[in-house]
Amino acid sequence: MVLYIRNQLMSPYDIYFRSFVALMALPPPDPEFVLRGTSAAVHTLHFSCAGQEPDFPILFSGSENGFVHVWNLKTRRVDTALDGHGRKSVYWVETLDAKDRLLSQGRDQRICLWDLAEGRTSVTDSVFTENVGFCRCSLLKVAQGRWLMAMAAKSLEEVQVLELPSKTSVCTLKPEVGAKLGMPMCLKLWQLDSGSQPWLLAGYEDGSVILWNLSMGKALSQLVCHQEPVMSLDFDSEKAKGISGSSEKVLSIWSLNEQQNLQVHKIHKLVNSGISDITIRSDKKILATAGWDHRIRIFGWKKMKPLAVLDYHTATVHCVSFSDHRNPTERLLAAGSKDHRISIWSIYTQT
Amino acid sequence: MAAAARAVPRALREAAAAFSAGGDVAAALGALRAALEAAGGAAALAERERAQYGAFLRRLVGNPDSLPAPQRQRLWRGFFAEAPAALGFPVLAEAVAAPGPGFCLTMVVETLEQFLQEGRLSALMWEVCQQQAQDRSPELQETLLSKIVCLPDHVSNKLQGKNPPVFFPQNYFPLLGSAIIQVLQKISDSLRGGLDCSISFVSHVLGKVCIHGRQKEILSVLVPHLTDVTKSDCIWQRICWRLVECVPDRWMEAVVLGFVQRASGADVLSRLLGNLVVKNKKARFVMTQKLLLLQYGYTTAVLQNVLGYLSLDSLRRALLIKVLQELLETWGSSSAVKHSPAEQQQYISKAILICLSHLKEPEIESCRQELLASMMAGVKCHLDSSLPQIRRLGMIVAESISLKINTDGPVLKFQYEEDNETRELKSLLVQTPPCSVVPSLPDDDRNERADAALPVVLESNEKPHRAAPVMPDEESDAELDSDDDLIPYDMSEDKELKTTKAPVYIRDCIEVLTGSDDVDKWDATIKALENLIQKNPAATREVSVELAKILLHLEEKTCIEGFAELRQRAQVAVLITDPIPVAQYLTSQFYSLNYSLRQRMDILDVLVLAAQEMSYPKIRGKNKHSGAQKPCIQLLPGSDSSKDWRRIVNERIKSKTRRFAKGQSEVKQDSVPNEFNSIAGHFFFPLIQNFDRPLSTFDLLGEDHFVLGRLAHTLAILMYLAVNAMAVTTMGKALLEFVWALRFHTDSYVRQGLLSCISSILLGVPTEHLLEDTTEELLETQSWLADVVEKDPDGDCRRLALQNLLLMENLKKKLETVPS
Repeated sequence: MVLYIRNQLMSPYDIYFRSFVALMALPPPDPEFVLRGTSAAVHTLHFSCAGQEPDFPILFSGSENGFVHVWNLKTRRVDTALDGHGRKSVYWVETLDAKDRLLSQGRDQRICLWDLAEGRTSVTDSVFTENVGFCRCSLLKVAQGRWLMAMAAKSLEEVQVLELPSKTSVCTLKPEVGAKLGMPMCLKLWQLDSGSQPWLLAGYEDGSVILWNLSMGKALSQLVCHQEPVMSLDFDSEKAKGISGSSEKVLSIWSLNEQQNLQVHKIHKLVNSGISDITIRSDKKILATAGWDHRIRIFGWKKMKPLAVLDYHTATVHCVSFSDHRNPTERLLAAGSKDHRISIWSIYTQT
Repeated sequence: MAAAARAVPRALREAAAAFSAGGDVAAALGALRAALEAAGGAAALAERERAQYGAFLRRLVGNPDSLPAPQRQRLWRGFFAEAPAALGFPVLAEAVAAPGPGFCLTMVVETLEQFLQEGRLSALMWEVCQQQAQDRSPELQETLLSKIVCLPDHVSNKLQGKNPPVFFPQNYFPLLGSAIIQVLQKISDSLRGGLDCSISFVSHVLGKVCIHGRQKEILSVLVPHLTDVTKSDCIWQRICWRLVECVPDRWMEAVVLGFVQRASGADVLSRLLGNLVVKNKKARFVMTQKLLLLQYGYTTAVLQNVLGYLSLDSLRRALLIKVLQELLETWGSSSAVKHSPAEQQQYISKAILICLSHLKEPEIESCRQELLASMMAGVKCHLDSSLPQIRRLGMIVAESISLKINTDGPVLKFQYEEDNETRELKSLLVQTPPCSVVPSLPDDDRNERADAALPVVLESNEKPHRAAPVMPDEESDAELDSDDDLIPYDMSEDKELKTTKAPVYIRDCIEVLTGSDDVDKWDATIKALENLIQKNPAATREVSVELAKILLHLEEKTCIEGFAELRQRAQVAVLITDPIPVAQYLTSQFYSLNYSLRQRMDILDVLVLAAQEMSYPKIRGKNKHSGAQKPCIQLLPGSDSSKDWRRIVNERIKSKTRRFAKGQSEVKQDSVPNEFNSIAGHFFFPLIQNFDRPLSTFDLLGEDHFVLGRLAHTLAILMYLAVNAMAVTTMGKALLEFVWALRFHTDSYVRQGLLSCISSILLGVPTEHLLEDTTEELLETQSWLADVVEKDPDGDCRRLALQNLLLMENLKKKLETVPS
């Protein structure tokens, strides 16, 4: 009898609650935690979380004061601060396989290779790029112990591809004479599957994206998808679809067809202008953008369905990065901002 | 044969003798029957014998008892059944209407019922028609006519509810209608046979039925049939025209209105009526004057019927132009705009638009100047009106006229909100004149076309709505496995980023609002102002009047969403924070030079809103941005504010009335002192003081009557909100004087305001004070209200006045129950 009455009492509430949930979208989540202490604007982030116990997950951050910080995500503290770029801004960090071999690129026109094993913090090798731009490098592992790295070269419009660790130049990609592309702004090396030939997508100052064939050193397709310089791009080789952002109010989604031609697939309008970074999560389900409007936006990758707007930072967000946890439910999203903070989010981890 | 005929009168005489002397009635009747049979039936009797036979039947009705009992019924009925309809029917009907002694009602009624069911009404009328051709006495016809038409009334008078169904009007008149159709059929046959025939009796029947208010019953049978048979038969058309033409003038109006309302289209009407308007003065008056200019209750379809009918014949087209001129004259007359109800103005506007749709290029050419002149006059007085609906009507009609007369030049274009009403009005203009080229187009076709035309219009309306969801659909086919499993978070906060910060101090705000050219800063300031004022009352008080002044003169520099509301909220906040000086400032500015009407109305709105917030403390500070809870005050002159004002007042009147009637009192939720009470006078008196002093730029009693209307509404609300205040009696008195001075104002919006004032007084001022101090004024007001209820052209005014009278009645009742 008591149970019966309880049911009677509960059910209207239950109905109410359900309809409430159906009608009202949940408010966006807060950051899982926030990393403070870089004491400068954060320009780049890179996770290294694939290691197994007793390895702890690590986040590398490069900041404007030339330091690379190694964050222990278990203690949420800085383990080490690497000073190798003469206090010039660090705008790209990446690991070579293991977390103890780190590449960092700084405004001192150098790319350093760090040896971090066993507590060492020494630069073992470096490349002098002689490039004065802001273009981040792109790294692609082509074989065990062999990587390709694309970087903006000394001459303004060129892109150079090196083989690591040998530092031998594979090719130099020069646009046709009179193309007036401007500087390369962002690069993305990719290959269809390991062992096949690598490609390079490069976004340029004039707003176009070019697909380069590395073996021929030839531009295969050019797509003008922005009016302003392309600030960031990412590419999904499975779907042959990519996305790019600029200082405009739009995201441009383009696709690569069978004839290796780039085509605009869709234009997504944003509320505020300016995108500094775009990253597609490795499972190709969602993507994150870093906005000049202080906000991180999450979209579903298949249909560019807007999913969330994460509003935490108080200044331009410079970079977004997804973690490489083996367990998908632990995956994190990190964003670094001009407000010196790194926010760590756990979002859409269940899918 | 001749001998047999001679035998009839003899038998009649004998029968009559038998009745009066009490002889063997049965035998006499038997002889009579035999004689009649020999003469070839009662129908074949000559004139004299007919009269005698009629007298005999009358006798028979009066003395059913004198018949031998066993065959009484059969015999008696037999005589009536065999008698010619024109003889038997009047005798029976007469008997029902004025029964003599010893008369058997049931038998008479049963016989009559049988008569109707056998369909002998048509035989009756046909007989009369034939006789008419031979020129028979008009009185006889007149009596017969009234017997036919009034039969249901007479029978039901007698039977008092035990009436057989066939005598119910809703059964009888359709029966009569089908009888008429049969007669017309016979007439048409005989015309085709080359015989003349008079139709006037049928016309009389039709006319009389119509004037008795049975148009619906009879015409719902007649019109569809006539529509059908006149489609391609010119003899039937002629018959139909004659049928209507022969209706006497005194009944013409009813018949014509009936036809106009029931015809399914203008071309049908044209077939049924012919050139009636040209031939018959009465019909012309009804169709071109009464229906269009004097009455306004008919549907748009009726208007389309009438005007379409006028346009379908060259003789009638002259009338159409005349009608248009008269309509425009009424439309453009400022007195008509002021004094006639909105519904009528809408009706006339519709008529004008339909007329325009029927006019052809050369006709417009011929009267272009007149059209232009009346359009100009009309636009002016419509735009002067303070009712938004009237203004909009003026705009639509003027646009339409200018569209018609300026085929190549620039066209008038007004800004107004599109809604169903405007769309309906405009659709009247674009219709094609139906079937003027092919007048004999089949009816069904036309209907189909009309049906087809309707969805087209709807579709075009829907298009913008449909277009939106199409885009995402394109992709959904290609990628069925979508992101649907990813549930989006709330993204409503994702708005444009503001780069500038809002000021934190009131004085900073003043600086920005007066001097700054930085648009973003200005924008942020106006948005933050209300909050700042509420948070810093002390700082606000230091600069309250200055701030009020700035806000009053503030103009929108860039396009800011909701600027008017933001400014108003800030003004209200200032006024609440420092009521007395700011109210003094605002009320003084209301009557000073060099303000626009907009600003003056802003002042009124701010005063009302502030008064409202102060008198309801629980509203303050809570839910400021939910529009539903706030009193809605109109911000743009285009929208209909009077409704909101009135709604508020009406709601209160309703709640109060219930309270009086049921003797319940509302439970007060929390007792907080009413902040408005102590300062109500500062809001009220300065406003009411100066209304009759015209300034060079502002004349409340003259052409700025719209503001006067708003002022009246404002005073009504302030009065209501000041309930229980100390000054309320004085306020009530002053307000009564104000109302009294303006009670005959020509503008209905002002009158509505005044009536709201009366409501507020009745609700706000304590009853004892009201009766002690203002007895005479109240009595005067009551008689004025009674007058308004009866005579005011505006429906809302009438309703408000009625509510006021009800309130007064309640006051009186309350006094009676509580003897002082």
